[in-house]
Amino acid sequence: MSNDPHNSHRLNFWQKYIFSTDHKVIGIQYGITALCFLFFGFCLMMLMRWQLAYPGEPIPFIGKFLGENRAPGGIMLPEFYNELGAMHGTIMVFLGVVPLLVGAFGNYIVPLQIGAPDMTFPRLNMASYWAFLAGGITMLVSFFVPGGAANSGWTSYPPLADIATTGQTLWILGMVFLITSSLLGAVNFITTIFQLRAPGLTFMRLPVFVWAQLVTAFLLLLAFPPLEAAGILQLLDRVAGTSFFLPSGLMVSGEPLEVSGGGSVLLWQHLFWFLAHPEVYVLILPAMGIVSEILANNIRKPLWGYKSMVYSVIFLGFMSFIVWAHHMYLTGMGTAINAFFQATTMIISIPSVVILTCLFISLWGGSIRFNTPMLFAVAFLPMFGIGGLTGLPLGLSAPDIHLHDTYYVIGHFHYVVAPGTIFGIFAGIYFWFPKITGRKMNEFLGHLHFWPSLLFMNCIFMPMFVQGLAGMSRRLYDGGAQYAHLQGTLNLHKMISMSAWGLALFQLPFIINLIWSMCKRNIVTSDNPWKSTTLEWQTPTPPGHGNFPVEPVVYRGPYEYSVPGAAEDFTPQNKPGG
Amino acid sequence: MDFVKLFNLPINASSHGHEVDMIIYLVHVLMLVLFVGWAVYFIVVLVKFRKGKNPAANYRGVQSHITSWIEIGVVIVEAVLLIGFSIPFWAKQVNAFPKRTDTVEIRVIAEQFAWNVHYSGADGIFGKTDIQHVDKQSNPVGLDPSDANGKDDVTTINQLHLPVGKPAIIHLTSKDVIHSFSLPVMRVKQDVIPGISIPTWFTPTKTGQFEIACAQLCGLGHYRMKGFLTIHSQEEFDRWLSEQSTAGKGGEEGYDDFWN
Ligand code: HEM
Ligand SMILES: [Cu+2]
Ligand SMILES: [Cu+2]
Repeated sequence: MSNDPHNSHRLNFWQKYIFSTDHKVIGIQYGITALCFLFFGFCLMMLMRWQLAYPGEPIPFIGKFLGENRAPGGIMLPEFYNELGAMHGTIMVFLGVVPLLVGAFGNYIVPLQIGAPDMTFPRLNMASYWAFLAGGITMLVSFFVPGGAANSGWTSYPPLADIATTGQTLWILGMVFLITSSLLGAVNFITTIFQLRAPGLTFMRLPVFVWAQLVTAFLLLLAFPPLEAAGILQLLDRVAGTSFFLPSGLMVSGEPLEVSGGGSVLLWQHLFWFLAHPEVYVLILPAMGIVSEILANNIRKPLWGYKSMVYSVIFLGFMSFIVWAHHMYLTGMGTAINAFFQATTMIISIPSVVILTCLFISLWGGSIRFNTPMLFAVAFLPMFGIGGLTGLPLGLSAPDIHLHDTYYVIGHFHYVVAPGTIFGIFAGIYFWFPKITGRKMNEFLGHLHFWPSLLFMNCIFMPMFVQGLAGMSRRLYDGGAQYAHLQGTLNLHKMISMSAWGLALFQLPFIINLIWSMCKRNIVTSDNPWKSTTLEWQTPTPPGHGNFPVEPVVYRGPYEYSVPGAAEDFTPQNKPGG
Repeated sequence: MDFVKLFNLPINASSHGHEVDMIIYLVHVLMLVLFVGWAVYFIVVLVKFRKGKNPAANYRGVQSHITSWIEIGVVIVEAVLLIGFSIPFWAKQVNAFPKRTDTVEIRVIAEQFAWNVHYSGADGIFGKTDIQHVDKQSNPVGLDPSDANGKDDVTTINQLHLPVGKPAIIHLTSKDVIHSFSLPVMRVKQDVIPGISIPTWFTPTKTGQFEIACAQLCGLGHYRMKGFLTIHSQEEFDRWLSEQSTAGKGGEEGYDDFWN
């Protein structure tokens, strides 16, 4: 084909590594960029943790570099704390985790796992990365405009966000780029998975990871447009004097607000959570997919209940669109609406339980290898379990009266996204690194990364449940030091913060391992070092342009390990016969 | 059972608070049972089926249908919590407001970063308010001076006083952004949304001095948007209220920084 971006003429450096249309290069670009953002979001959080543990004390070393308008004399201002909170949330979710799960792993692995030469629309794929980068840069720049970055929470509730400083405008613009990026990616994933599966690769033979990516793509495609529309409305409220989200008769700092009014404050919340609840499944489904691949590979037997898992993932996808108002129980809801959203929320917990149960039951009868990717994948299960279980009291509106907007919520969703999703991401990096680079990561450093991370993650987030039950609100600049009823749980802040810095310290083995393994030996001698069944391992290492020297043909399901009577304990999907 | 001690909750000083605590307890029992069950199984499996102990995996794995039964069990327990406890509780709180005759009814108007409290005074009728009359210290809720009903109204900043044992209905609005009216000891939390007035109610069961917290990010002073709740006996409350209406609107320095 003449317009095939993979044509054989030699590509120069820029075409090959920077403006590449190869899904693998784009995946790596996404991965490196998003890891940097993840690290940056983590650093913002570490600053917040100082202020929470030692409210009003100057930040050592770094404090004096933050500038007089953020931390005069090294002491953080409340405005700056709010910037850090809003941007930590935004960056972690939209610039760290989603790009890693979808942009990096999805891009690199999905075409390989379905036996495709590339994504259906390679140029859209490239555009998706550049839109993402533009969004990220916009968010970073926003720290340097007058008044600093967005400071109304990652949820950007108006009227607060409508009247916030310029940083909020850049937040919206940044989000428009990021949403564009996700939409381009989503269209691409859906068409690729529908159109480019290798012969014989029926839907019920797809790896769980591909299923997770497919449902994720639908969530992004259907949930993001309402947020984009809402973002534009908020932008107009801010710059064009409209009042979509502003009622009449507002008065800010003693002065009447000069707007026409008549808008609805709650409209934003509905539009926002209509995206943001499906978004939490975007943050978890691909991680579940990664964990499923790695579990199957290391227990050396098929996953138990593959079909139930697939149906559960699809069902989760559907249900995630009708639970959004469980974030709004306390906005003045009547009984009927309230009962509806409580019921859907309880129903959506069932498929999650099914998936987790299938993974647990899969372990029975296995011959379990504990390498580094497996350690992270195994730890994902109980950690995600805690995150999921602690969602139950928040999903019932009666206990939510006490727990809403407290540290209990922070603990709950961080168990899902930090020792949950982030562990899934680490597992994936250790697992697919040999395919991407042709080298294995060091096992000793891997263990040195895993065990302290597991310990510290729990020391960070477990005490938050205690603080939340004591009634400690989230987003407090001084961590609740003002309140008499919180004095008993304030000292936990110190332990949490120490653990957060400890967690940072023990990411060093990972970073060293990543760079060191890339440069140094430990070259894998096989294209399939983990003895895996799925198609991404049946390619050269690293896969060249077009991925497969000959188009693979698929004969069986994804996890045919330890088949009775087979010569080896794994039977690749493309191995002819039976 | 003493749920407050068990979960280190704030003390409970309202008549419905115990029900909230009980549902918190029941859900946590379900969570604990599931977690401990899973955890025990998990550890057993990881030890029993490690490669060193079990060199060859079993292709078929578990054959029984016990998991379906566990899942059905979870569904039933969740349904009971939902239909038996949470929905009826909400219905009672939202639909069954106490009769107006034997209640105290007040308005709370939130702003960055204070709680303005408005009592209707002896006539039981709130005076008209409008933002054009607002003055931060002397007329924080914007009472219309030409409205006779407002003459005996009482307003305070950050001071909420209520009698014990009598249902209190609080109408919540905001002047500027969203706040959330949180009385941890009363197990009351209600978002305060500009443009609409949302009522909430509870019956205090203990006298004493408690705190009002803002639970929704409302700007740089969100962390210090604290108010003071005092629950009196009926006589003390009546005395306090009459002192307020005669002693003026209470704008002295430091008035709103402690229980007053
Ligand atoms: C792994 C270490 C992490 C730690 C120690 C951590 C810690 C925190 C802390 C202290 C807060 C603010 C609490 C407050 O002031 O109310 C917070 C908020 C938040 N975090 Fe994290 N976090 C971590 C990772 C993540 C990840 C991976 C994500 C997302 C995928 C994430 C998403 C959020 C969000 C959305 C918020 C709410 C921001 C807001 O209030 O608007 N965090 N986190
Ligand atoms: Cu949700
Ligand atoms: Cu507030």
